[in-house]
Amino acid sequence: MYDLLIEPLQAEFMQRSLITAVLVGIVCATVGCYLMVQRLALLGDAISHSVLPGLVIAYIIGMDIFLGAFIAGVFSTVVIAWIHTQSQIKEDAAMGIVFSAFFALGITLITIVQKENKIDLNHFLFGNILSVTQSEVINTLFITILVLIVIVLLYKELMLYTFDPVGAQAAGLPTNLLNFGLMVLIALTIVASLKSVGVILVLAMLITPGATAYLLVYRLHMMMIVGATIGVISSITGMYLSFHFNLPSGPAIVLVAFGFFLVAFLLSPTQGLLTQFLTKTE
Amino acid sequence: MNSARSLAVDHLGVQYRMVKALSNVTCSVNAGRLTGIIGPNGAGKSTLLKAMLGLVLPSSGQVMWGDKPLKQQLDRVAYIPQRSQIDWTYPATVWDVVLMGRIRKTGWLKRYSTVSRRLAVEALERVGIANLRHRPIGQLSGGQQQRVFLAKALTEEAEIFCLDEPLAGIDKKTEAIVFNILHELANTGHTVLVVHHDLGQAITNFDDLILLNRELIAFGSRKDVLTKNNIQRAFGGHVPFFNANAA
Repeated sequence: MYDLLIEPLQAEFMQRSLITAVLVGIVCATVGCYLMVQRLALLGDAISHSVLPGLVIAYIIGMDIFLGAFIAGVFSTVVIAWIHTQSQIKEDAAMGIVFSAFFALGITLITIVQKENKIDLNHFLFGNILSVTQSEVINTLFITILVLIVIVLLYKELMLYTFDPVGAQAAGLPTNLLNFGLMVLIALTIVASLKSVGVILVLAMLITPGATAYLLVYRLHMMMIVGATIGVISSITGMYLSFHFNLPSGPAIVLVAFGFFLVAFLLSPTQGLLTQFLTKTE
Repeated sequence: MNSARSLAVDHLGVQYRMVKALSNVTCSVNAGRLTGIIGPNGAGKSTLLKAMLGLVLPSSGQVMWGDKPLKQQLDRVAYIPQRSQIDWTYPATVWDVVLMGRIRKTGWLKRYSTVSRRLAVEALERVGIANLRHRPIGQLSGGQQQRVFLAKALTEEAEIFCLDEPLAGIDKKTEAIVFNILHELANTGHTVLVVHHDLGQAITNFDDLILLNRELIAFGSRKDVLTKNNIQRAFGGHVPFFNANAA
């Protein structure tokens, strides 16, 4: 048992990937709670797919690719908001239109660039946590701390805004600014997670741990704490499974998180399917 | 509190894209009176309330409180949205929601003070649900949900209270509690403006009425507004629940 846990840690790349996975587990689950309570799960998907063209364009012009990804992510939310406020198109349709277009542009650009350079599309789509560098770990750490500090400082304002946006406006809060701030937090979180789980699977890290916690507790801050804990445990477990059984690490992490969700879904003391069934038959 | 103050609504109109929701409403709402906004479905009652607070953008007109526009003085207003506008599955307890009323008085980057907590407890006692403070809001009845929002509004120490259909789908006991508190507020010089959904017995609680149907039909004391002619003009042929004695 001891060997099973310690052996992977002897490799330096494994230490770096574990730290990154833990940070991503914390920050995704915490920020993801805001997406869930606003019924905006799809927005997480939209932003994550939209970062792709930013990433490639940044690569082409020699800018930091994560900065490019971040800008494209925030830009996509602006375009989505613009479409649905300026027309009768509903928000979910606007998201669908924008993120598929951004994603298509990203794929096209990558394919063009790939011909001359060694840039692997799969790394961005599914993550490649084993190749994180020291500076990427520090970036992820920095983003995680920044995002958590903002959430702590603006906790009560963000809670009122996500609970009752019209009420928040009536209370004189700058709701447009709060909404934009939230989008920036989500885009930062997604960029920080690109290396470990990739564009496609980051949604699972944003939503699944928070949704699991939602079945177990009923206050926002508790949901964040329990969600982050589940995110961390999923990340660590997924990494070890990936190491010992030679599985792709991103999908392994996501599957463990889904396992936790399934357990809560069936056995949550208040909302579990089996729990309800058992109390009825008693 | 100066009970001579009033909200002056001046040629207020609202347009949603191509559709005129409300046009040219001019009226006043007096402090120290309980004022109801009534009219048929789709008459623009909620729209009027929201436009007064700047929550929807008016296409014309303005609303003054004293010598300044009301929307520059939102710190004097407590607003209670329609219950259906709220996601009651949100992960929060009664206590979490009531404390939200203290956000503006607390300010950015600060925690809720002891004073805020005391006001929240007092407000919960006043609406009779202090025992439910740790309950998740998803487990409340409609009447209890309405009382949570009334308690939240009370913590705001506002001069003007704006309530959007607070009596829709609630029990008689809550209705009595809500009206008791609204009367108390009016009697202590507050301005109380309530969107009200029917013409049943409860309407006798209001001192003044604003009768709407996409434009102003009448406003003034309840007696002056509830005439057969006005009701006919607002509701057309069929008048649901109209109680001739209510006037």
